[in-house]
Amino acid sequence: MKKNTTALLLAVSLMAVAGCAKKQKPEDLPPPPVGAEGNTGAVATPAGPTPGSQADFVASITADRIYFDTDKSDVDAEDQATLASQAAWLKKYPGTRVTIEGHADERGTRDYNIALGARRANAAKNALAAMGIDAARISTVSYGKERPEALGSTEADWARNRRAVTVTVQ
Amino acid sequence: MRLIHGLTLFAAALLGAAPATAQITGTVTDDTGSQSFTVAIPPLATPADVATSAGQTGELGRKVAEIISNDLNATDVFTPKGPAGLRGIAMPEVTAPAFGEWEGIGAENLVHGFVRDNGDGTLTVGCYLYDVSLKSEMVRQGYVVGPRDWRRAAHKCADAIYSRLSGENPFFDSRIAYIAETGPKGNRVKRLAIMDSDGANHRFITNGQAIALTPRFSPDYKSIVYVSYIERRARVYIYDIASGRQRLVTESPNQTFSPRWSPDGKTILYSMSVGGNTDLYTVPVTGGTPVRLTNTPAIETGGSYSPDGSRIVFESDRSGSQQIYVMNADGSGQQRISFGGGTYATPEWSPRGNLIAFTRIGGGAFRIGVMSPSGNGEKLLTNSWQDEAPTWSPNGRVIQFFRTVQGSGKTSVMQVDVTGAKERKIDTPVDGSDPAWGPILP
Repeated sequence: MKKNTTALLLAVSLMAVAGCAKKQKPEDLPPPPVGAEGNTGAVATPAGPTPGSQADFVASITADRIYFDTDKSDVDAEDQATLASQAAWLKKYPGTRVTIEGHADERGTRDYNIALGARRANAAKNALAAMGIDAARISTVSYGKERPEALGSTEADWARNRRAVTVTVQ
Repeated sequence: MRLIHGLTLFAAALLGAAPATAQITGTVTDDTGSQSFTVAIPPLATPADVATSAGQTGELGRKVAEIISNDLNATDVFTPKGPAGLRGIAMPEVTAPAFGEWEGIGAENLVHGFVRDNGDGTLTVGCYLYDVSLKSEMVRQGYVVGPRDWRRAAHKCADAIYSRLSGENPFFDSRIAYIAETGPKGNRVKRLAIMDSDGANHRFITNGQAIALTPRFSPDYKSIVYVSYIERRARVYIYDIASGRQRLVTESPNQTFSPRWSPDGKTILYSMSVGGNTDLYTVPVTGGTPVRLTNTPAIETGGSYSPDGSRIVFESDRSGSQQIYVMNADGSGQQRISFGGGTYATPEWSPRGNLIAFTRIGGGAFRIGVMSPSGNGEKLLTNSWQDEAPTWSPNGRVIQFFRTVQGSGKTSVMQVDVTGAKERKIDTPVDGSDPAWGPILP
């Protein structure tokens, strides 16, 4: 399952605009892996995902992640729209909680990247909080450069790895 | 845990009276590095080739010579010859070398020695250094070790030779903590591991279920401070090697990382992200209230103490990019010292106090370099796609770091002399990163 997802991501990565140093936009991207980082996403049934589940979250929002420029943690208008879709879902299911995982690309030193990932996760958290989501429902974690999603060493790979991913806590 | 036992020194009491101190010929290299000593290291002798739990004493004599040769070759000071290609020596030659013969192969200095089974479960390794042209003895030492510790005797002998000829403090008999890496790039398994300074006596500490990062040996080698994601976030733990237990350095809902010991082993310097903002903190090793040392909206991390504990070097992006700063240990007097362009990270204060090692990022490369604590005399030592995270040998003459391969993300522990010479890979069972050199063993 994980392997297949990785292969798919690689394929899409290769199709992405070569040498693009700008932020990868969510519409370029395939659906995120369900159950990443150990969350057991509910199994989709023919009737659709269980309301309030990780699968439902992913199916209901624009994207589960936003992207950043090198060494930056700014949340731009497009990121705001993505996070607004997440906020709408969180308002619909007020009993749910999320973890935002901050990541950096491989072209930084280890400690700095952990700090940078923390900055990015917190930037996403602050944006959700500004949209009316109780900050107590949002935890953050930084993986620095330890968990890249795009596995190459091109600008396009790095752009895809500079991310903050929202995952529901089940 | 492998513990040293019975490693004793009885210099001068081994095979006769100690001679007068000899003159050193040749020139000790300085930081610019040029001349080196040509040292012949034939296989060590044995009075009787007998079986021990570490192997035949004759075979051990050859292996000890190999370790000495490999150790000495790590620095800019030596050009070792042998033991490969050199004849073995007989026991009487240990104290009466055939100087003319060794001079004939171009040796300025000569290492002789022996391995003897003492019949009581211990080995004696004799270690002699001669000046060939003066035909005089410069080092005479003996080490009594358990068979498991025969490699340490070889390192001690190499240290004695190195110190005598270079005037520097020893460093070979020391250990490395590092991160052993396996698995695919996107889901790397990272285990805490330890080994001798030359990669021998390797041991995995953690099982890889949680990401382990950035270890540092305590000054007494009894514990290791490092980062574990054991509860799905970065937190600093102290791992006790004897008991195999670990504990959090500080209880906090925030992520903690980038830990370092103070030189006296009483304080942990670390980084903590609070609300996305990373600053430097200290906390007593025994627990207690953390003290915040930096207070800016920027990222402050990568702290490292000066050897006297009075100052701290760290990195900060307060100027807009990662740069290196020095401050007093209480956080006062913060001053930027890196101005060479590009960005600078992972500063490490030399145990000698005279240099700061760092990673410099720019021009598509990550390179290891050194500069003085005031920022002068910058010199880059490596040139690769991604070299990162220098750590100093106990005497401040050699640097280890790790190298990442573009694309595959594979990593290896590397070593380079502080002059930039003698770059080499340290052999590890699997990929390796985040090396951290411990102090010289007693």
